[in-house]
Amino acid sequence: MRTVSTADPATWRSVAHVMGMPVSVALRGRHAGSPTGTEAWHEVVALLESVDRDYSPYRADSWVSRVDRGEATLGEGPAGLREVVALGEAARRDSDGAFDVWRADQDGRRCFDPSGVVKGWAAQRASLMLTWLPETDVCLSVGGDLVCRTADPTGTPWQVGIEHPLHPARVVARVPVVRGGVATSGLSHRGGHVVDARTGQVPVGIASVTVLADDVVTADIDATAALALGAAGPAWLRRRGRTAVVVRSDGSAEVVAA
Amino acid sequence: MQRIVLWAMSTLTVVVLLLGYRTSLSGPMATAGAPSPYSASAPATAASSDTGSGSGSGSGQARTAQSGAGSGTGSTDVTGSTVSTRYGPVQVQLTVAQGTITGAQVLQYPSGDPRSAQISSYALPTLVQETVDQQSAQIDMVSGATYTSTGYEQSLQSALDQAGL
Repeated sequence: MRTVSTADPATWRSVAHVMGMPVSVALRGRHAGSPTGTEAWHEVVALLESVDRDYSPYRADSWVSRVDRGEATLGEGPAGLREVVALGEAARRDSDGAFDVWRADQDGRRCFDPSGVVKGWAAQRASLMLTWLPETDVCLSVGGDLVCRTADPTGTPWQVGIEHPLHPARVVARVPVVRGGVATSGLSHRGGHVVDARTGQVPVGIASVTVLADDVVTADIDATAALALGAAGPAWLRRRGRTAVVVRSDGSAEVVAA
Repeated sequence: MQRIVLWAMSTLTVVVLLLGYRTSLSGPMATAGAPSPYSASAPATAASSDTGSGSGSGSGQARTAQSGAGSGTGSTDVTGSTVSTRYGPVQVQLTVAQGTITGAQVLQYPSGDPRSAQISSYALPTLVQETVDQQSAQIDMVSGATYTSTGYEQSLQSALDQAGL
């Protein structure tokens, strides 16, 4: 068994566990491992911890949980909460309702769960702590949602692997990214955590959807919506002009390009 | 060729729209340096969208280049004329191979600061064959489905992180 080799051994890396997810960073260039770069990474972790406090559906005292229980209104929460809801609303329209931060649970109760938006939104916000670093290339993963940015727009791309949903130690595809967001939604790891908001059913036939976009917020939402759409997901992505990798339940994979 | 240019220009409108959505609303024109080889994949849907946003004159100039992919078939780069948008001038170059647009590069875009331009820049994903030694893949980061910190321990990303520590 060969060990994993990274594309560039000069890459500085760190990992933290926030929001119940691994958060990985890779920096190249001037601030890879510098005190300024390290401090910026600590700011990333602090920001994500504050997002967790405000938006985690698993914390009873988060704004999301309080809104879900009807104890608080959206207007009372932080401005970010309304950003997240607005993003979710746009996604609901775009996906004909398959994606919705509001959905009925098994007992018919209306639940508020913006998790499908929060991760990408948090990754985008957190990346801003790093992307200002001069002459420094940044690759940040928040639970598998990536923000990639090279300081030089013509610089060496980050080599992104797309995890095989049925074999997590493998990649099913790879893609070089200079600047952009990459997000994957799937039914692996956590089990069926994505449902079609219209039916409450876990989509069948698709194991994971990875979307590339200008920004990770868009990539995350579209990946989740495409997964919720199930078999209709690839055609929906194509109509939206997205670049994506779809892995079906039988392990076969397809590159979606507009 | 006329058909290809027309097709290119209709696609240009789509590209302009995308740019208009993402780029800064103000600032003087900036010209990108050497275009990145990892440009956004072309929205190759021959758009019939009538947006009125772009006002291309249709006077694209074409030159032929040999594809670097070694396919043996030539590809043609079509440089669109500079299009004035309400966000500033935009010029794109499309790569056309066998009647299909295979790439789009932004040669010029409206932005006060090229660094701040939100232009996506990535290649098409390549499926990895089963016969390839997955573990030796030269990759920097892994995009995967939402995974818990527990699931992470067995993941490839975990191995990558450890390799760098």
